[in-house]
Amino acid sequence: MLKLNVDGVSHDVDADPDMPLLWALRDHLDKTGTKYGCGIAQCGACTVHLDGQPVRSCQTRIGDVGGAKVTTIQGVSGRVADAVQTAWRSLDVVQCGYCQSGQIMSAIGLLSTTPKPSDAEIDGAMDGNICRCGTYQRVRAAIHEAARSLA
Amino acid sequence: MLKVRQTHPEAAAPRPSRRSFLGGAGVAAGALVIGFTLDPAKQVRAAAGPDLSSAPAQPNAFVRIAADDTVTVLIKHLDMGQGNTTGLATILADELDADWSRVRVAFAPADAKLYNNLLMGPIQGTGGSTAVANSWFQLRKAGAAARAMLVSAAAEKWSVPASEITVSNGTVRHLASKREERFGALAEAAAAIPVPQQPKLKDPSQWVHIGKKLPRLDSVAKTNGTAIYSMDIRRPGQVTAVVAHAPRFGGTVSKVDDKAARAVPGVIDVVTIPTGVAVIAKDTWSAMKGRDALSVTWDERAAEKRSSDAILAEYRETAKRPGIVASEKGDPAAAIAGSAKVIEAEFTFPYLAHAAMEPLNATIERAADGSYDIYAGLQFQTIEQAVAAATLGVTADKVRLHTQWAGGSFGRRATPTADYIAEAASIMKATGGKAPVHLVWTREDDMAGGYYRPMVLHTLKAGIDAKGAITGWQHRMVGKSIMIGSPFEAMLVKNGVDSTTVEGASDTPYAIPSYRFEVHNAREGVPVLWWRSVGHTHTAQAMEVFIDELAHAAGADPLAYRLGMLTGAPRLSGVLKLAAEKADWANRSGGKGQGLGISAHESFGSYVAMVADITADGSHVKVNRIVAAVDVGVAVNPDVIRAQVEGSVGFALSSVLRNKITLTDGVVQEKNFDAYEPTRMSEMPVVEVHIVASDAAPTGIGEPGVPVIAPAISNAIFAATGQRLRSLPLDLSGLKGV
Repeated sequence: MLKLNVDGVSHDVDADPDMPLLWALRDHLDKTGTKYGCGIAQCGACTVHLDGQPVRSCQTRIGDVGGAKVTTIQGVSGRVADAVQTAWRSLDVVQCGYCQSGQIMSAIGLLSTTPKPSDAEIDGAMDGNICRCGTYQRVRAAIHEAARSLA
Repeated sequence: MLKVRQTHPEAAAPRPSRRSFLGGAGVAAGALVIGFTLDPAKQVRAAAGPDLSSAPAQPNAFVRIAADDTVTVLIKHLDMGQGNTTGLATILADELDADWSRVRVAFAPADAKLYNNLLMGPIQGTGGSTAVANSWFQLRKAGAAARAMLVSAAAEKWSVPASEITVSNGTVRHLASKREERFGALAEAAAAIPVPQQPKLKDPSQWVHIGKKLPRLDSVAKTNGTAIYSMDIRRPGQVTAVVAHAPRFGGTVSKVDDKAARAVPGVIDVVTIPTGVAVIAKDTWSAMKGRDALSVTWDERAAEKRSSDAILAEYRETAKRPGIVASEKGDPAAAIAGSAKVIEAEFTFPYLAHAAMEPLNATIERAADGSYDIYAGLQFQTIEQAVAAATLGVTADKVRLHTQWAGGSFGRRATPTADYIAEAASIMKATGGKAPVHLVWTREDDMAGGYYRPMVLHTLKAGIDAKGAITGWQHRMVGKSIMIGSPFEAMLVKNGVDSTTVEGASDTPYAIPSYRFEVHNAREGVPVLWWRSVGHTHTAQAMEVFIDELAHAAGADPLAYRLGMLTGAPRLSGVLKLAAEKADWANRSGGKGQGLGISAHESFGSYVAMVADITADGSHVKVNRIVAAVDVGVAVNPDVIRAQVEGSVGFALSSVLRNKITLTDGVVQEKNFDAYEPTRMSEMPVVEVHIVASDAAPTGIGEPGVPVIAPAISNAIFAATGQRLRSLPLDLSGLKGV
């Protein structure tokens, strides 16, 4: 039995320490907002925060999480998260939406450390998040809008 | 119209297509007989015709008004990201004069009588960019009828003439007596009013929602993790299944050693099904580990063992022989022989995977009475229901469908064989319905699972006269037909010509004095399928790049050259002119590694032109900007239309630059995003979308943005470098530094 702190709540998880955090979240803790896309850290759909840092949960073993605080799209909150989600909605970024949990978690991570990102900084932080619907133009615009609203 | 007839096993006449339709050997059950007598693409062009406007008013099928004033629009289509839930709700809400902030959507159940796609006959399904087009009159009438019923209810309640009652923003008013009620307060009384059969539809000047920017109805749930996709279905006691599939298409299970798999903690069962070996476990991770531990011997006697290079080489040989004529006019051979200049070109196109972000998956649950519930991103409900029922050995009415938000599709979820639904049903059957089963395809299963955009080869030859005008055009296509070998074959393939192979070429709008379009239907074991814009994915590239080539050979402006041959195609000319104007085409410079390219194409009744602005630096090409002009008739949701065109660029760009599925000795080589890499943020050009104002009945925009992207970029590379790249993905390695 492993202990995981997810979205501010401590959970006991009965699973192999090798299990990727992604599957523990989705199949054991019902945190289905975090998505499976590729399983090899190529698409970013599974992005969550570990002590505030964006990580790919498909490549994070639950045995390695320890006491770190896991934050998912279903628990993320605060000024930056609000600004990002508000911008995403006002620009209607989403299409199929399946990748957007990961896009938003990466964007919150970016704006938390880089409040006024340049286009190049957005490319750097977001290039690991694939959107097959091709919503990138609006993702970029929404990050700029969120940055403006936080300024 | 599509005709569907389900028969019981004993009554089913043996048909050659039956086995393939049911998704493999060993599945014995009823057969579904499907036939087209009309080409859906052609029907879209007649979207304003009497068939659609005579749809009955069915408010009870499409709208629910609750006491809390919420207006729920029932959506008969799958929303895989194209935003049709917002679009369809807009149409109904406008006629109803609903308060948009109270509008909700719910996916309709499977019911081919109520919810068939009016452009697919009696089939409930989503495809061919038809959602808005086929629903336009149906939902306007439903909204108008519901509004009239609310008005009648208020008139009765207040004892005033209905003609004095007005409705706006979810409120019914009688100004003279200063009375008003919200929809919710009138809903119950309105429900008892007889449905008016010919409700008066609004004049376009009265529209309040149509044509305006409205917030998407799915934006909130898709930005806080609460939207439920098929992958997120969690039924009580649910187990997860992962299937080991044959490494080559057409392979079957010969022998299974499942001892090690069963020993993996969490694994519950291992069952052999027609499509492979399913490992059933308490969670996805355990199922995947169990599958890794399986040892399966495959019978590959009937499997496709060729490499894609070898198949393409065969296409090239085949293309030397005359094919089946798809369309012809005059004597192009003679016309070309007498031409001042003759140009020849070959275009090749690889297999493409749809690679939607949500891998294929479905959940099936057996109810106590022996009926079933299926939860998935269902796209061909009538077919999926029939296939599942046949697989499970029950009648279709014993299978209830619950359509979920889909994490993309691009055509993959609309499969004539309902392949992954049949697979989930097979697992349910093999496990005896003990627990709800969630079949999950991993990314690798999804990408290596076939049903690709066909590999295609085009050869073209055309002549121009001394003034540069085209004299004759000869065009041959080789590729596997999507329809031949499917249950659609008998009706959709005419005289050996599958319209989904040749669409966008053999019906070219260019006024060419003599032409001959021919097709060869390749036979191979790789399953193929429509991929966002279907045949247009390759025909637009061949047509629009070759036209560009001829324009340059003629010393003509590629825009003027096109317009000169499009005098009979005003809507296509219109988008060409608009895109050119917005991109400042007239003042373009070119060469030295920078250039603009133009292209235009009609598909599914919608017209799109694009100008691409690119920079070529050695073998690296950056697409800086795309200026698009679209004509989709009435623009129901302009912002959703813009989003679809922006997204089409992001979706298609990686297929222009690098994506291909290849086979080595029959084995798919690209299995995940590392080898088949979609477009990424840093590659995304700026996309500008201009919408032509129109009062024509609306057509779709899910697909029509895609075909023009590759030719616009290819033509821009020519303008920038003087080098003509034709085949996709573009081979940039050959570009000489400029």
